Amino acid sequence: MALNGSSTAAPLEFANVTKQYPNAETAAIDNLSFTVPAGEVCVLVGPSGCGKTTAMRLVNRMIDLTSGDILIDDATIKGRSTTDLRRDIGYVIQHVGLFPHLTVLKNISVVPKLLGWDRQRMNDRAHELLDLIGLPQEMGSRYPSQLSGGQRQRVGVARALAADPPLMLMDEPFGAIDPINRDRLQNEFLRLQREIRKTVVFVTHDIDEAIKMGDKIAILREGGQLVQYDTPANILADPANDFVAQFVGADRGLKRLALTRLDEIELGDVSAARHVNQADTVSDRATLRDALSAMMSDSMRPLLVVDAEGTPIGSVSIEQINNALRRGRTDAEPTASTT
Amino acid sequence: MTPASVLGSVSGAGGPNIPSFGHASSCVSNNGTFCWDWFTENWSSKVDFQARLFEHVKLTVIAVVIGFTVAFALAVLAHRKRWLVPPVTFVGSLLYTIPSLAAFQILVTITGINDFTVEIALVSYTLLILFTNTLAGLSAVPPDVVDAARGTGLTDTQILLRVELPLAVPTIIAGLRVAVVTIISLATVAAFIVPEGLGKPIFDALNAGDFNTKFIASGVLCILLALFADALFVGVQRVLTPWASARRTR
Repeated sequence: MALNGSSTAAPLEFANVTKQYPNAETAAIDNLSFTVPAGEVCVLVGPSGCGKTTAMRLVNRMIDLTSGDILIDDATIKGRSTTDLRRDIGYVIQHVGLFPHLTVLKNISVVPKLLGWDRQRMNDRAHELLDLIGLPQEMGSRYPSQLSGGQRQRVGVARALAADPPLMLMDEPFGAIDPINRDRLQNEFLRLQREIRKTVVFVTHDIDEAIKMGDKIAILREGGQLVQYDTPANILADPANDFVAQFVGADRGLKRLALTRLDEIELGDVSAARHVNQADTVSDRATLRDALSAMMSDSMRPLLVVDAEGTPIGSVSIEQINNALRRGRTDAEPTASTT
Repeated sequence: MTPASVLGSVSGAGGPNIPSFGHASSCVSNNGTFCWDWFTENWSSKVDFQARLFEHVKLTVIAVVIGFTVAFALAVLAHRKRWLVPPVTFVGSLLYTIPSLAAFQILVTITGINDFTVEIALVSYTLLILFTNTLAGLSAVPPDVVDAARGTGLTDTQILLRVELPLAVPTIIAGLRVAVVTIISLATVAAFIVPEGLGKPIFDALNAGDFNTKFIASGVLCILLALFADALFVGVQRVLTPWASARRTR
């Protein structure tokens, strides 16, 4: 991370984790096993009641597991004191839960203070984080009631990052934000994540958010059962069963298109689109979905693809899109890695 | 003074019995509504309103400090152990509903005629409001704030001291304001048992056949004291909770 020149991230492993509440007939989490490599965002997604939040809260022992184990950096969470464990894990929740009686700076400094940092270090870190989340420094002395919902959510992320934890838990962090600001916060978080490379467990009920945010997606169903764990591209290309296919939606083909940008696929010759007029060009940063949409508005003619300077670098037709999708189905996805 | 004599004089008062202080002004002789000259003369001697006021403050402060300590401890305890709430509220309500004169009368037969008796009665009137408000303040802390606090690694004690109590301050102070004003008013009845506080000149004035100035001076001092105490708490709250008055931009 840009902060203090160092950053940490730890792999997280769920090993046959089961949570059974007393007096409940079925398990809340049933034999859940998966591994999140260090620095990746793992999204837990599923319908309400699937146990995704429960699974996340098992990690920092807000809820204690019944059997199996959770390993952070190959070390069990079982033996550790809950307060120590939690101070090592960033925690962001839907309603943020900023402390209303503390200023933004003091909110951000809660964990460093618990860890006994000196005042200077806490202050430096808090100011650094304000920069990182893109809030002006003068907002540091404001109280949460004086911030907008989006600003509060950013401060919540900063608070979670304060002590540079190797792992972050985020429970529907953008769920209470309006769609326009949610999209902006998602993009900001992705930009931030490229910089800080934390291991993140991200809970949402929104499959579109899962596809956008996740390096990996774990789809859970009622009873805390893991149905599929894979990259967004592979899940969209190859749903494990009807449940997943239905959950990701009938438009999963279109969702796949939105995952890939034109500069990631093999384009056609510039000449293929030469006869089109100037308006039929598309940026190489556009997604396949954008390109398809543009084609459809003009009788499916190929489009000229231009780079940031406006120089033509190729063309895209329905054929290239089709080829790209076929290649994605195997293993050529840039996000795919060991499972 | 015995309870019987006070009650007797209140109900069976004859015409005004003006105190003979040698050179009474015409205002005093005619029992005018308020004789400023008599009041200034009696501010720090004779009736000594200053001393009565001080006694009144003392009665109130002792009652509120003890009452708050007990109620606060019970509320913090009941916040964690919710089953304590109904029994504590029940006892508090019971104490609160006993008519004050009756309470003093009953207590005298047990603990005698002294300050202790007065304070027991006064404290018992603070308990319900202070307990209820402290508990309400603690319970009103948003669950997501407590969840975030726990999730970031605060211990239960740290959550109480650093999050719940600071956030409960406005509600707790609201309770203290009501309690203090109530006790300042009730403490006048304490003169029924011990000759202390601003209740003393009130009872005396009634005894002496409604000498207006004495009666009004005592009553007004009581009201001013209550207003001052209330304002004091408002000021304390402003200082303790800058976040509550922060300008909301959204």
